[in-house]
Parts: sequence; structure tokens; C-alpha cells
Amino acid sequence: MRRLHGVRLPHAKQTSDMAFVPLPLPQKVVLPMAMHMGVPCTPTVKLKQQVTVGECIGTSDAPFSADIHASVSGTVTALTDYRMMNGTVCKAVEITPDGEQTPCADLTVPTYTNRTEFLAALRRSGGVGMGGAGLPTHIKLDPKSKIDYLLINAAECEPYITADDRTMQEKPLTILKGIRRIMEVLEIPECFIGVEENKPDAMKILRDAAEKDPQITLAPLPPIYPQGAEKVLIYHITGRVVEEGKLPADHGVIVMNVSSIAFLEEYFTTGMPMVMRGLTVDGDCIGKRCSLTVPVGTPVREVLQYAECDFEKLDRLISGGPMMGQCLPDADYPVTKTMNAILALSAKQQRRTTACIRCGRCISACPHRLMPTELEKAYQRRDAARLDELKLQLCMLCGCCSYVCPANRPLAESNSLAKLFVRQQKEAAK
Amino acid sequence: MKALNISPSPHIRDDLTTQKIMLLVIASLAPAAIAGVIHFGLRALLLMVFCMVISVACEGLCRILMKREQTIRDGSAALTGLLLAMNLPVSLPLWEAALGCFIAIVAVKQLFGGLGQNFANPAIAARIILMLSLTSDMTHWTAPRTAADAVSSATPLVSGTASLQSLFWGNTAGCLGETCAAALIFGGMFLIFMGIVSPVTPFSFIGTVAVCTLIYSGGDLQTMFYQLFAGGLMLGAFFMATDYVTTPVTAWGKLIFGIGCGLLTFLIRMFGNYPEGVSFSILLMNILTPYIDRFTMTKPFGAVGKAGGRT
Repeated sequence: MRRLHGVRLPHAKQTSDMAFVPLPLPQKVVLPMAMHMGVPCTPTVKLKQQVTVGECIGTSDAPFSADIHASVSGTVTALTDYRMMNGTVCKAVEITPDGEQTPCADLTVPTYTNRTEFLAALRRSGGVGMGGAGLPTHIKLDPKSKIDYLLINAAECEPYITADDRTMQEKPLTILKGIRRIMEVLEIPECFIGVEENKPDAMKILRDAAEKDPQITLAPLPPIYPQGAEKVLIYHITGRVVEEGKLPADHGVIVMNVSSIAFLEEYFTTGMPMVMRGLTVDGDCIGKRCSLTVPVGTPVREVLQYAECDFEKLDRLISGGPMMGQCLPDADYPVTKTMNAILALSAKQQRRTTACIRCGRCISACPHRLMPTELEKAYQRRDAARLDELKLQLCMLCGCCSYVCPANRPLAESNSLAKLFVRQQKEAAK
Repeated sequence: MKALNISPSPHIRDDLTTQKIMLLVIASLAPAAIAGVIHFGLRALLLMVFCMVISVACEGLCRILMKREQTIRDGSAALTGLLLAMNLPVSLPLWEAALGCFIAIVAVKQLFGGLGQNFANPAIAARIILMLSLTSDMTHWTAPRTAADAVSSATPLVSGTASLQSLFWGNTAGCLGETCAAALIFGGMFLIFMGIVSPVTPFSFIGTVAVCTLIYSGGDLQTMFYQLFAGGLMLGAFFMATDYVTTPVTAWGKLIFGIGCGLLTFLIRMFGNYPEGVSFSILLMNILTPYIDRFTMTKPFGAVGKAGGRT
């Protein structure tokens, strides 16, 4: 089997042997109602209302949504509009903690006897994919076709980030129990845990733990970015090719992030919904890099202060990894359910963008074997038909092309603009 | 706290730049350039430095006149100048060399829009134009100092009498940078090892010439190696046929390009009027490059139905 292309990145996983430590309770938390893929929630609390940890504070009637729960006990001090990273505006609930962290009295350990009840319980957990996209878990685990493989995405291929790595090292048994639970309910015969080989400790711990279970196999993957991209992972482990416009489930595969599995199992044993987030804090402005567990909604500023960030040097704050992460507009942005890392980076030397020299590096770096230079030219001409022919929609914006370009051309950025352009064209045609 | 900057992902970049690539290619030409100076004397050094300076000056002036961003720092003009000089006989009058630089940089490169836009390799095109218009000076070959005391001499492809050993070490008449096969192979392997050029083009180019000659000569290895080491094949295959701008971008395209170059070189050498065909073959394949590119587009992973395709 041919391996898909990619790039070798500096790993910079300095936090892989730093255990998760809890962040001291923040001054306030801000919980946006759109931390997941799908319909944003509507707040169900009023101003000055007392809330407890795990209490539902936002919900939606739409099935494609994930409830929001209070991550601290305290008082609702504001109900505001909040501008998210992608520019959309949603409601947000601000809670000032009382310091007690009283758990919600209504929380019970969920029980189920069949798949429908299992999914209904998940719906109440507020669980979303913790790898980045934030697909509600009860949607992901409700496939319409027969599933042959459950793949656990523990590749964590972006530099710096070790949140999944730490979870694997600290909660291997929880992860395996979660895997067995899902395999049982969804009747999936086989499971592979895909881990990049640059995490030997996590691999050893998981391999030892899964030794007695013939249905669960650890699949070591070469540390070539983007190994953790869903379609790349599926192809390298199962050999199945997810076709354009299709979902992994259409090909009999479900891919779940390893931290999401750990959360799912903890939810089914304690009943506590998704209120905490484990994340990596790193970057050259961070004085004390660390792995932290923080209440969802904690302002990034408090995380940075804890990690002794040099605010004078700070130039860019990135939520996620340096390849696909998004820049935060300011340090008051809250930690969301999908934020697996905060990187504080200093200003780098600006490099000029020069003419394309047709070296072809972008083409040989693209995991999807697209032709980024051709796509860029087609977008410059605003040629929607050509963009379609070049299979723009297969681009997952992994950034390999931009990374390798010696002329510093913004190829991935151009593709993301091109996608927007094509969507607008299609809407205009309607 | 000062305001934060926002940039689209990815937020990190590989540290390889166009300028570094050009400097690495220039560095990999150094062994052959030194061999040229050893064999042909300081005049060779003068010619190389002169061509580099004139090329950079042409590029700089062009960008100023065209009111475009200055690009002399990317090193591509210096590289073109060096490559052109290495494709000239050491005795060429300086004004003719300057004319060659002008043709390469102004006519072939800048008038088409500069780096990345030219359809033909500037150094090759300039060499061919000089060859056709100033034939006597361009074919006035000086014997190397290290050889017998002859002043002028025929190239090994014409005489057919050089020893394989002197061809390998460059102890023969010819363009100042093309004679030392050893230095060129060393420089070429360095470029391949550094990941700057793909091994596909040079190997398919040289391989095709080797196979064709071997068949044509009825399996005579001596003739085969003679054809490989004589003339401009090594310089052309490792340094001219691997120019990014004027050759195909995909591996399949590079393979077709290399085989095409090899076939044309063989045909011109054996059946053509000119003793040497490397530059003509590369120029011809340069012209075919857009078509090769069109037929060797990648098939995207996960694509359904007709992908890539034709415009």
C-alpha cells in the first residue's frame, strides 16, 4: 500500500512527560453557546441565577447540537453576545465562581439498555469531538450503515500538542473501557488505535493494557504530518479510501479522538457532562509550559498568567497546533471544548512572498495529491469550474503546501478563500 | 499588553527559501567551476564572474525599468550567468558573453515576466542563439592547459579520440564547465542528496542516452561511456534539465521529460548535423513542458470520476 504524502515537522512535544495539573479556579468563565459543530444552543439560565457544576445552561431542540453545562458553581453574571473565532456571533453565559465547585444535584450515572437510550444519554452529556472539529458525539455514534472498524485517532500529529498523549498515559484503562463500551453498543467487531511513533510511552502503556483484548489493536503510524487527518488515518490503517462527499461511516469506519473516548467513559461512570478540558500550554512566550485541566470557558488570559507568559513578547495566540490552529483575537477568549492547545508565539521575521518557481514541492507534500500551485492560479482567475476540476473540495487545509513552499506563497490560505468563493458562487446561482 | 496579530494557518514554515535553493545550486556547480579553472586557466574564472555580474546587472536594470519588485537577491540571475558561462568556450570574447547574458536575462526571462514565467531555460536559449549567430567563436575550442600543448582543438564528440579517463576528469577540449564529468556528477549527486532536484530527470535523461547508444553501437560499453562523459550531457542532465521553471512538475512528467531529452540528444548526436544535441533537446522539451504537465496531472486521493483532466 502506498503511503500518502505529508511533511516531517519538528515535533516540539516538550510537555509529553508533564502530567495534567488542574488550573486554580478562574475569576469568571464565559461559556459560548456554539462550541460544537451544528446548531448553537440557547441559554436556559437567567441573570443572577445560581448554578452548580454540570448543570445544563444551554440547550437546543435541534438534534445536531450539543448541550452546554456550567463548568463552575456560582452566579450567572452576564448573558452577552459573543463573537467566535470564525466571525459568527452567538450568545454566551458568564459565570462568576463561588469557589465551592458544588456538583449539580440532578446528575445521575446514565444507564441504558439499547442503542437509542445510549445515544439519548450521550445527547445530554454535551460531548463533542475533542480533536478540533467538535462534531457532537451522539451524531458521530449514530451511523446509518454497518460499521466494520472503530478507529481511535491518537495520532496527534501537530507539533507541540500533547493533550491526547497525556490522556493516554494517564487514563489507559478508561480509554479501553470506553472503546469496549462503544464496540458493544454499536456492534463493531474491530478497533484500531492509531498512534504516531513519536509517543513511545503512551504506545507502551496502551499496548500493555490492550494485550488481552484481541479485538483492539494498536496501530503505530510514522510521524509524518498530517497522520491524524481523518481520511489519512483511515487509509493508512484500513486501506479504505473515503471518497469525496462521503463520510467515513459510508465506508464502514468511525473515527473518534482518544480524549473524546476518555470523556465518554468518564461520563458513563460518573454522570458528569463535558465541563473540563485538558490542554497543552506551550510556545516561546510561555515561561512554564504545562499540561492543564481547566474548566471550559476559562479565559485564555488566566491560563497564560498561570503559565507565566511573557505578554510583552507575545505576538500571536494560537488555539490548536501551529499547522491548523486558529489565531485568537485577544487573550480574553474562553477555552472551548475543542481547544486542545494554547500556543503563545513571539513575532517572527516576516518573509516575502516571491514568484512560484514551479518546484513542485507543494504537489509532493499534499496528502490528497492535489496540485496547490494550479489551484492557486485557478483561484486568482476566479475560475470555479477549474477549481472543481482540480478537486478543491478534497483539500482539508492541512497546510503542508504552504509549509514547504520556498517562495512563501500562501497556498493553503488561497484554498480556504477559494472554498468560500465557490460556495458564494453556488449560492448566487440558486 | 499590545494588540495581537492574526494570521491564517499554517503558522510555521519550512526554512528552505528560493534564495537558498539558488545558492545551493550555485554551490553544487562549484566543483565543476573549479575544474574549469584548473583545466582552462584564470580566463575561465574571469568569464564566469563576468557573466554572473552582467546577468545580475541585466536583471536589476530590467526590474527597475519595468517598475517591478527587485529580484536580484533571489540568486536566480547569478545562477543563470554561471550556467551560461559554463556553457561557453573559454576563449569567447567578453562582449559576446555579455550579449549572451542579455539574451538570457532580458529576452528569455524578464520579457516573459521574470522568474517562474519563462518558457525556456535562459542559459540554454542564450547558448543556442550565440551558437547559431556567432558560430565560429562559439566553436573555437581551447585545449586544456593540462593536456598536450595544442592551442586549439576539436571537442571529443567531433574527434572521437579522447580517453575515457581524460573525459571523466575533464582533461579535454569543450565548454569551460562541461568537460569534467566527475565534478558534475559530484555536484549533481549533492543536489539530489539535499533534496533540491529530483533524481528522476537526470537519471532518465542519462539512462536513455546510455541505453540508446548501447543498442546503436551493438553493445559496446566503451562507446556508451564515451557518449555519456563527452560533451554537455552531465551538465545538461544534472543542472539544466532539472531547472524547476521550465520542466514538468510531477514525477511522471519529469520521467517523460528526461526520456525525451535523452532520445533527442541521441538522435541529434548520431544522425544530426551538429556534433552535440544536449542543449537543443532540452530546449525542445522545455517547449513541450506545458503539454507534458497537462497530461501528467495527479489523480487526487479520494477523487471520484474524472479528476485533474484537461483544461
